[in-house]
Amino acid sequence: MKELRNSVCIVGADESDELGTLPNKSMLTLHLEAVRNAVRDAGLKISDVDGVFTAGQHSPATIGEALGIVPRYVDGTTVGGCSFIIMVGHAMVALHHGLCDVAVVCHGESGRSGVGVTPRRDTALPGQYETPYGFGGAPTYFGMITTRHMHEYGTTLEQWAQVAVSTRAWAGLNPKARNREPITVADVLNSRPVCYPFNLLNICLVTDAGGAVVLTRADRAKDCAKKPVYVRGAGEATEHVMLTQMKNLTQSESTRLSGAKAFAMAGVGPKDFDHIMLYDAFTSGPPIMLESLGLCKPGEGVHYFENGKSTPGGTLPINTNGGGLSYTHSGMYGIFPIIEAVRQQRGECGPRQVPGTKLSLVNGMGGMLSAAGTLVLSHER
Amino acid sequence: MELERPLPQPITPEAKPYWDGLREQKLMLPRCRACRRAFLYPRVLCPFCHASDIEWVQASGRGKLYSFEIAYQTISKAFKVKPPYVLAMIELEEGPRMMSNLVGIEPDPKRIACDMPVEVVFEKLTDEITLPLFKPAGGAR
Repeated sequence: MKELRNSVCIVGADESDELGTLPNKSMLTLHLEAVRNAVRDAGLKISDVDGVFTAGQHSPATIGEALGIVPRYVDGTTVGGCSFIIMVGHAMVALHHGLCDVAVVCHGESGRSGVGVTPRRDTALPGQYETPYGFGGAPTYFGMITTRHMHEYGTTLEQWAQVAVSTRAWAGLNPKARNREPITVADVLNSRPVCYPFNLLNICLVTDAGGAVVLTRADRAKDCAKKPVYVRGAGEATEHVMLTQMKNLTQSESTRLSGAKAFAMAGVGPKDFDHIMLYDAFTSGPPIMLESLGLCKPGEGVHYFENGKSTPGGTLPINTNGGGLSYTHSGMYGIFPIIEAVRQQRGECGPRQVPGTKLSLVNGMGGMLSAAGTLVLSHER
Repeated sequence: MELERPLPQPITPEAKPYWDGLREQKLMLPRCRACRRAFLYPRVLCPFCHASDIEWVQASGRGKLYSFEIAYQTISKAFKVKPPYVLAMIELEEGPRMMSNLVGIEPDPKRIACDMPVEVVFEKLTDEITLPLFKPAGGAR
């Protein structure tokens, strides 16, 4: 596993031309814009791409076709929003073994406007065992994890709200973020109740967006346009899909395992990071992820978001793009924390740049902490 | 008459004893004959020991509220129960967890607590389909 450490680099990263409410752009358009922009960012050409990794409604074959290329390696692993994080690990293995030379991990989703999208259908399991009771939509599931956490550890609505406040402070420094006005804990607590324990400001945005990253082997990365960002470690795991099958609602086994694998590959510990990107579909997600990753004991993750620690100028910046809560969240958010970590490691982030960052943690979930992917990224070998 | 809830669908063959049982107001559970553990959802191998020798047993209908949410709005157009209502994850005393609704209690987070004892009540939707809902144990519906 350690032979993979630093074997490949992320050399390109970008979003679609626009993010937000885009009723005139199809899912495919968002996807193709993101690929074109990320490949351009790398100083490469679309014709250089020979590995296509994508998740969701578009198969990698569709993306290869639409790009007008014949990829010799494809991966369509679709295990929820973290699929793109997991695919960086898959791309690393394929690149390392020479199965492809330039890999693109890409995402496009018309999550808000639904343009060029096939409506989702229930699979047999939720359709039989959940939908008849009113379940449907992520807030009706992730709240179960959150309520149980409050019961077991005494975490409070105010502590979850602090996550939204911290993340919004970062969004204020990101011109691409959708919601940039500062908010307070009281604003979160007084926002519209959606599904207890969540009010509106505990829940991520729904936007139209695309994003992509380009990877190549470290020896080739030197020839690309920007400073390469090394993939020091990658890990993945899946535990469940149906939330009733999750062994411990307040500690994610998939998150723990994905982190342990990534940290071992990278040769780092969970407390070595100076910049953290976590998948924040809900305010309770990031604290629980920090606990499951071993940065702190169960119940203590919320302390990372207190006293300005995670905010601009704080000692451990978290979700510096403004997160799914305030920047963008198309539905499968996982590509965006990778893009932000790459930009931070390159030092491109302007007013929201984390000074001197050397080690970014990227962790995301698929479904309801069902699947997980973890990356350790650095501009240093 | 218009149904208040979407019917469970598609009913899968391996779950037929579950739905047949509910029609007779019995909550039936698949149980592994090898390790004796009950589980949900129904499937053809045991998720604990991976044996394929599965029997069906009637659950007591008692359990606890493992976790809950209170929905103040509904996304699904087919679900017509008026919000607010309680979305519940039940842990049956036989072990398995299942999603349901907690009924017979005011949908107020101050009145509902994780681990409160609950018991099954049966909600007939059609001649074919009855759903297992739960109410606070000992309380009236």
